[in-house]
Amino acid sequence: MAQFEGFVADPTLMAPAARPPARNHTWLSSYFGTPGNALITILCLGTIFGLAKLAIGWLFVDAIFSGTPAECKASSGACWPFLSTKLRYIFFGFYPFDEQWRPLTAMLLFLGACGVSMVPRNWGRALAVTWIVVILPTLYTLMAGGLFGLTVVPTTQWGGLPLSFMLSFVGLACALPLGIALALARASSLPAIRVLGVGFIEIVRGVPLISILFMATVMLPLFMPDGVTIDKLLRAQVAIILFAAAYIAEIVRGGLQAVPKGQIEAGHSLGLHYWQIMRKIVLPQALKKVIPPLVGLFIGFFQDTTLVTIVGLLDFLDTVRTAMRDPQWQGIAVLEGYVFAAVVYFFFSALMGAYSRFLEQYFRTTHD
Amino acid sequence: MTLFYDARIRAFLYQAIAIGAVVFVAWAMFSTASANLAKQDIATGFGFLARQAGFVITETAIAYEPTDTFGRAILVGIANTVKVSALAVLFGTILGVLVGIGRLSHNPVLSRLMLGYVEALRNVPLLLYLLLWYSLIISVFPPVRQAIEMLPGVFLSNSGLVMPAMRWASGFEALLIALLVGTAAAVVIERVLARRRIATGKEMPIATIAALAFLLPLVATSLLADISVSLDIPELGRFRLTGGYHVRPEFVALLIGLTLSASANVAEIVRAGIQAVSKGQWEAATALGLPRSRTLKLVILPQALRIIVPPLTNTYLTVFKNSSLAIAIGYPDLVMVSNTIMNQTGQAIEAIAIFMAVYLGLSILISLVMNWYNARVALRER
Repeated sequence: MAQFEGFVADPTLMAPAARPPARNHTWLSSYFGTPGNALITILCLGTIFGLAKLAIGWLFVDAIFSGTPAECKASSGACWPFLSTKLRYIFFGFYPFDEQWRPLTAMLLFLGACGVSMVPRNWGRALAVTWIVVILPTLYTLMAGGLFGLTVVPTTQWGGLPLSFMLSFVGLACALPLGIALALARASSLPAIRVLGVGFIEIVRGVPLISILFMATVMLPLFMPDGVTIDKLLRAQVAIILFAAAYIAEIVRGGLQAVPKGQIEAGHSLGLHYWQIMRKIVLPQALKKVIPPLVGLFIGFFQDTTLVTIVGLLDFLDTVRTAMRDPQWQGIAVLEGYVFAAVVYFFFSALMGAYSRFLEQYFRTTHD
Repeated sequence: MTLFYDARIRAFLYQAIAIGAVVFVAWAMFSTASANLAKQDIATGFGFLARQAGFVITETAIAYEPTDTFGRAILVGIANTVKVSALAVLFGTILGVLVGIGRLSHNPVLSRLMLGYVEALRNVPLLLYLLLWYSLIISVFPPVRQAIEMLPGVFLSNSGLVMPAMRWASGFEALLIALLVGTAAAVVIERVLARRRIATGKEMPIATIAALAFLLPLVATSLLADISVSLDIPELGRFRLTGGYHVRPEFVALLIGLTLSASANVAEIVRAGIQAVSKGQWEAATALGLPRSRTLKLVILPQALRIIVPPLTNTYLTVFKNSSLAIAIGYPDLVMVSNTIMNQTGQAIEAIAIFMAVYLGLSILISLVMNWYNARVALRER
């Protein structure tokens, strides 16, 4: 060791130990670091400020908070009285006015049940049985009536937000098993089954939802024998189910492909037959992988249910539109209804989007 | 009973049952439908396509008069659908790429603003936006009688934008041919010169030469050929504007709605694609001294494109299918024209079959084109 001491005789001659380059990024430099960046920041802040000014001006400053349609017409701002007088119609449509506590209760029960079901810890057979045996019959009884002294309300009077929830939720719940069956058909080794599966999936995915809704509402009655009529709401619901099933099938197919082939071979070597292998081994793994994209798909279908307004069903968007067409308010409340509907749709979609991201995180951290 | 446990026989049985069920349902539907149609005295078959349509289509991408046939009306619908979806795809892609890059900016204000843009578009139904844009246009701009004359001959009102149109008397075909020749020449010259530059390493003004090759045929044609153009200037009547080129609010609302929704989807795809390129690529480019914008253009985007193209295909297909929402605001796309035909002839099955077949065919076409493009940008394994 001693012979090397001469090399370090004069510490001042040595370069000082290099430290990692200091990050002289203050928070300010990420906003105004370079002239270009400063310009971007200023432009963005200007845009945000302009939009906020426009929104606050319309929503509050120039707005009319209570008054008559005539007062609203004179003002350039938002017309809140329109919303407050029309709110119950917008939410519940033509549901009998005195009975509207029923869809309200149903909606709250539904949202509460959804909230409980969204916690992964609660997932299991008991939850599924509760939904099928308790919650769904209760919801249906509340909406349709006929039991426990509730007056009967035909589906033609259903409308508003409960209808939108029903179309999307029942649509996805029924489409899920069908979609899984289609995905299995597409992955089947039997050529005829595979061709039928591929044909259905690709045809449905190749055409717009509106064409399938048209088929269900305009064309289907022609295919029915004499005297058989199917409820219009049910027809639209079936169209949504068939449409959703094709998209679910493609997502589930991705999950099926992600299950290693060895799993199936292991099942075979244990002497299990096809359905046992699928039910006990493949599907549990495949479905777990596709839950986050399925929630994402659900957001899309929740928004797509607005299309039923084109074929004349009174969903939430449709009640908003008809409320705006009321002669008393026509030409006065031009945007209020749409903005309100946009806020409602945004709230539920963003909530589900956050849930989808939560699930992705959740599945990443737990062990498979 | 033992026969049933033979795997091959069971496979055959399952398939026979499946096909039999499908055939039976199809047959049952067909027979009840033809019985019902006969009873309601509705004609069947596609003979109606040759009959006179007799209804007006407000927006025609190809020439059409009410005296034309139903078949021609359907073609107009197809052309309108293709026109609005192609423009929406084009603008939506440009806007979406910019927003997607903005989402990844180091500037927190910009990236948050872009996040807000994407979230606002993705969490509200497209149909609602279409209705909102449409009623905004209708309510913000004045009625036709008080149309704003922005420039001489350019009128803005709630029935749209009307501006002078060019009416070609002659020479249009010659100019079109010159445009095609010029484009082809520019592309070929650019290819050849770029290859030579790579081979020799010598700089040359490729862009200038290509631009000259593009312009030369156009200039030559306009000097030599007999071209006469007349301007059709719109006039403000008492109730409506006559003449000129009319951009209708239905078209604008649909185009804005489709473009914005496409841009939000493209932005998310572009962001995911760029983020999927490994960080080392950025660092290597920085080490070579490339500035951020050129790193993005020359190093990152070509690699991100491989990840971007397949989901982009889906977005384009979605835009194309979503253009069918046109019926809600009254833009005469394929679905709306078919709907009119359906109401006039009562032949719902044929009308729906036609437009479903057209959508299916065009969807397959778009998939094929995008798959071809994907194969071009895909990583070539060496």
